Amino acid sequence: MGKPYGSMPRKKVPRGEEGSAMDFAILWDFGGYAQYSVLFYGYYNSQRAIGWLKFRMPLSYFLVGVGTVAYSYMVVIRTMARNANEEGGGDDTSFNFSWKIFTSWDYLIGNPETADNKFASITTSFKESIVEEQESHKDENIHLTRFLRVLANFLVLCCLAGSGYLIYFVVRRSQKFALEGLESYGWWERNEVNMVMSLLGMFCPMLFDVISALENYHPRIALQWQLGRIFALFLGNLYTFIIALMDEINLKREEEEVVKFNMTIWEASLYNGTLAANVTAAPITVDPADVPRGPCWETMVGQEFVRLIVSDTMTTYITLLIGDFLRAIFVRFLNYCWCWDLEYGFPSYSEFDVSGNVLGLIFNQGMIWMGAFYAPCLPALNVLRLHVSMYLQCWAVMSCNVPQERVFKASGSNNFYMAMLLVILFLSTLPAIYTIVSIPPSFDCGPFSGKNRMFDVIQETLQSDFPTWFGKVFSYASNPGLILPFILLMV
Amino acid sequence: MGNKQTIFTAQQLDAYQDCTFFTRKEIIRLFHRYRDLAPQLIPLDYTSGPDVKVPYELIGSMPELKENPFRQRIAEVFSEDGEGNMTLDDFLDMFSVLSEMAPKDLKAYYAFKIYDFNNDDYICKSDLEKTLSQLTRSELSEDESRLVCEKVIDEADLDNDGRLSLDDFQHMIGRAPDFLSTFHIRI
Repeated sequence: MGKPYGSMPRKKVPRGEEGSAMDFAILWDFGGYAQYSVLFYGYYNSQRAIGWLKFRMPLSYFLVGVGTVAYSYMVVIRTMARNANEEGGGDDTSFNFSWKIFTSWDYLIGNPETADNKFASITTSFKESIVEEQESHKDENIHLTRFLRVLANFLVLCCLAGSGYLIYFVVRRSQKFALEGLESYGWWERNEVNMVMSLLGMFCPMLFDVISALENYHPRIALQWQLGRIFALFLGNLYTFIIALMDEINLKREEEEVVKFNMTIWEASLYNGTLAANVTAAPITVDPADVPRGPCWETMVGQEFVRLIVSDTMTTYITLLIGDFLRAIFVRFLNYCWCWDLEYGFPSYSEFDVSGNVLGLIFNQGMIWMGAFYAPCLPALNVLRLHVSMYLQCWAVMSCNVPQERVFKASGSNNFYMAMLLVILFLSTLPAIYTIVSIPPSFDCGPFSGKNRMFDVIQETLQSDFPTWFGKVFSYASNPGLILPFILLMV
Repeated sequence: MGNKQTIFTAQQLDAYQDCTFFTRKEIIRLFHRYRDLAPQLIPLDYTSGPDVKVPYELIGSMPELKENPFRQRIAEVFSEDGEGNMTLDDFLDMFSVLSEMAPKDLKAYYAFKIYDFNNDDYICKSDLEKTLSQLTRSELSEDESRLVCEKVIDEADLDNDGRLSLDDFQHMIGRAPDFLSTFHIRI
């Protein structure tokens, strides 16, 4: 096992912060003891091999990070391929209703519960087909519909632009606050960026929903448009957030240069002039808490992501409680003393929102993919969060929601959701990979400290752990002249 | 046990093998399933060809048929008396047609008879309405039910007489991708 807490400078809370390291406010913000724990990148030691098994920790850290992304790609693409096979068969719709009536009951069913489910699904299927049939008979005024749709898209674009500008404005403001020191501001200013992003994420989808009433699409198509718009909204938000993060990373790296310079001065001051120049003396033991630290930008990135996910979770739960639960209580109990029927008119019970929930899951996953390299325990935290979410939302749906008025099979759009997941996977691993490839790691924290680039660990392993002929073979194989034809072959 | 069985004569067993899609062992096994429905009624010795019927209530409570909304029609179609009370021959016939070895045309023929509630050799609108109400446990409204039945007649009625004949039905079911897999009972 690696060295325990307190044994090295990177693994211990600095002397200056010790007093407040256990405060709940600091811990909730993932500072203090939470920051100097296995939760974040900065805690890990850069020792090449640990223990009597010679476990290559930095190498494993790197490979696990890359491996999880590769595995995720494989799983998503394989699921999409499997779904595509199943959906591709039913293109013939000439005997739609006849087949439904004569071939939908499965004669092999012998279990009463299965039979109940089957009856329900057959009924739903008939209702959906009936709705589609009625829709296709309606007379349409094409010009009016087209105009309304263009108008709706224009309004949506305005919303997206507005939200993008708002986030940019808030981020600039928070940078200004950071320059002036965060202590002089209250809770709102400190958490402004996260709160604004969460609030936008809560209110804009509702706005899109209202605008989409103009468009008059079939429910399945309307759902896809809604998902696409919310997707654009979140993507804009997330990328603005990442750009802000990049600015902070650059700031921290400048700070690091200053700290490195100060370290040499500090070390000299330890010996206190008892040495002549060019003499190496035995190192004086210093308590790790007193060693001056570089600002660890990787831990900062990890912290930002964990904070984002926590605030996202909180927003979801609070929206659930207020939007669904309180509303249901209001409608149920105040109905007796209200002028109009609350249950049928406004506000009535909230409908179960398929698109919102699916997107919430997909974006949660995207944020995990982004932050997992810098906060290794993030997936574990997320599993916990998903368990809690599942039970909470299950209860909320059963007690406060009504099903959507228009009946349609959302599961028919399976591949659409998978495609979104794939795009998110690509877009969220992009920033992480960019930082791995182009930014040098901090000099005093994390498993890659001291290296020029994080992927140098692979180079190092090849040179020192494998026999020399392997290294030669690899260097021949990685010749661009060989790789290019190979890539062309794969394409 | 070998070849010694005393339930049927050799000719009876051969005859059953010719008429159904089952092997000797399966026929013996099915006989025991049949007998288990009413052990006091069915003798163990069928060599004399006794004329016994198992009443419909016992057939309808078999685990393979219990959850099927069309079990009554299935029993009526395959029983000699048309009431659902089945002899061993009817029993074997029923499960043979519904097994996976039966060809599509045979299944389509019997499916047609099952869904023809009034036994007039045509599936008319009232037959369709009854089928639909049994299939959805009467969850659809009258308007919805009427719409579905009209659409079915529109789609499948080729000779334009307002009802489905056997030919219309077979033409339509021949193209159905799920028919063989759903019109199948394993026993």
